[in-house]
Amino acid sequence: MLASNAPVYTAKTLAQALQLRADHPEAVLLAGGTDVMVFLEADRLEAPAFLNLWGCEGLHGISEDGRKIGALCTWAELKEHPALPMALRACARTVGAAQIQARGTVGGNIANASPAGDSLPLWLAADARFTLQSLRGRREVAASDFFLGYRKTALAADEILVDIQLPVQKGELYYKKVGTRLAQAISKVVLGAYVHQEGGVVRELRVALGAVAPVPLRCRALEEALVGGPVRPELAALVHQDIRPIDDVRSSAHYRAKVAENILRTWLGSLRGC
Amino acid sequence: MRLECRVNNQAVSVETAPMTRLIDLLREDLRLTGTKEGCGEGECGACTVLIDTKPACSCLVPAVQVQDAHVVTVEGLAKGEQLAAVQQAFLEFGGAQCGICTPGFLVMAQALLNEHPHPTREQVREALAGNLCRCTGYQKIVDAVENALAGAEHARQ
Ligand SMILES: Cc1cc2nc3c(=O)[nH]c(=O)nc-3n(C[C@H](O)[C@H](O)[C@H](O)COP(=O)(O)OP(=O)(O)OC[C@H]3O[C@@H](n4cnc5c(N)ncnc54)[C@H](O)[C@@H]3O)c2cc1C
Ligand code: FES
Ligand code: FES
Repeated sequence: MLASNAPVYTAKTLAQALQLRADHPEAVLLAGGTDVMVFLEADRLEAPAFLNLWGCEGLHGISEDGRKIGALCTWAELKEHPALPMALRACARTVGAAQIQARGTVGGNIANASPAGDSLPLWLAADARFTLQSLRGRREVAASDFFLGYRKTALAADEILVDIQLPVQKGELYYKKVGTRLAQAISKVVLGAYVHQEGGVVRELRVALGAVAPVPLRCRALEEALVGGPVRPELAALVHQDIRPIDDVRSSAHYRAKVAENILRTWLGSLRGC
Repeated sequence: MRLECRVNNQAVSVETAPMTRLIDLLREDLRLTGTKEGCGEGECGACTVLIDTKPACSCLVPAVQVQDAHVVTVEGLAKGEQLAAVQQAFLEFGGAQCGICTPGFLVMAQALLNEHPHPTREQVREALAGNLCRCTGYQKIVDAVENALAGAEHARQ
């Protein structure tokens, strides 16, 4: 049973959150708690204090055009928002199950930076930008510069992830998760991809995979080979140049590599003639 | 901390550590033992409660996050002696066997029915995907939830 006696500071506004974050850099941020509480229960987290953001104003809401998503938005909110890309809404539906979706937040998924975090490849594929804020000021970091290593991010000790911004897209986002079952499954492989084609020529392509390396990563070799030409599904094998899958309890490296290649080939195949 | 909230429509004020899990607060401090603990890590749904109408695993929510909120547990579904439609349907369709998963299923089903009074079978299955049952094989539970309100309307006629 967990009844940590660590102090908990609760922020009601973003200004309070930033002040508390600066005063207590050792405090673990608490959004929906669906990652933090599991770590605590398993004794895998040292937490001298907590900074509770749940209900904090200024971190909520999705803009009407769907281009700005507050860090505290839950998966249940994303799932229902009509202006968001369908791929992102599909992703929201695959995180845990209804109870987790009603509580777990986008910001928590990003800041937690699990290699298998389901939304992470999509942010890379969408070329999203994360707004990080502290008392020192505000800065934007591209998703592709945010994930630095295994569970290591660009967030400084006094910073909070405030929102996620999606650029205007001409092309289409795509999402595919492979897990043991539809609900409540941590990904064995997860794909986020973006393509913009013109007259059968790939103009822009970003392919990102999760659960195949310590960080979610872009498949640069495949992207470079395809941009400027027609879609060629047979090049899916180039994915092996970038990924570094491992064996673990959920899957084997061999399986992950094979599945990554297969889902990419299937996706590329579906694009031909678009 | 002094926690003030409402549980099943009753005002509650208790002294607790802020990181106490909601499930422990409910079961031990408030003696509401209907809510069950299966896994303690969000996987099984046995501990599901509603917090301000939204479903949550009470094993993953620290007490501090229900300050001023309204929590509904399985004890809050019936109105006095009158079972909620979904509880009645579980009886009729044989939706419970050993019963350990039942409170979580009932609360999750109630959350679904509050939003979609006439859910499709697909909607029921998706809504209940985070609740595990080792006895029933799920079909009878899905039948019960799918027909809960239809049954209630039938009974009233
Ligand atoms: C049963 C179960 C199933 C799950 N299934 C999935 C799944 O299918 N796919 C998946 O990707 N994840 C899954 N998860 C993990 C988790 O639910 C998600 O990662 C969720 O989005 C985390 O959000 P949260 O608000 O609960 O995070 P929290 O636990 O509150 O926080 C997570 C981390 O982020 C930090 N943090 C939170 N908010 C901010 C912020 N605004 N700024 C800076 N740092 C912040 C916290 O300090 C902490 O380190 C599952 C978890 C459970 C328990
Ligand atoms: S006990 Fe909370 S989900 Fe299993
Ligand atoms: S009735 Fe026994 S676990 Fe569901």
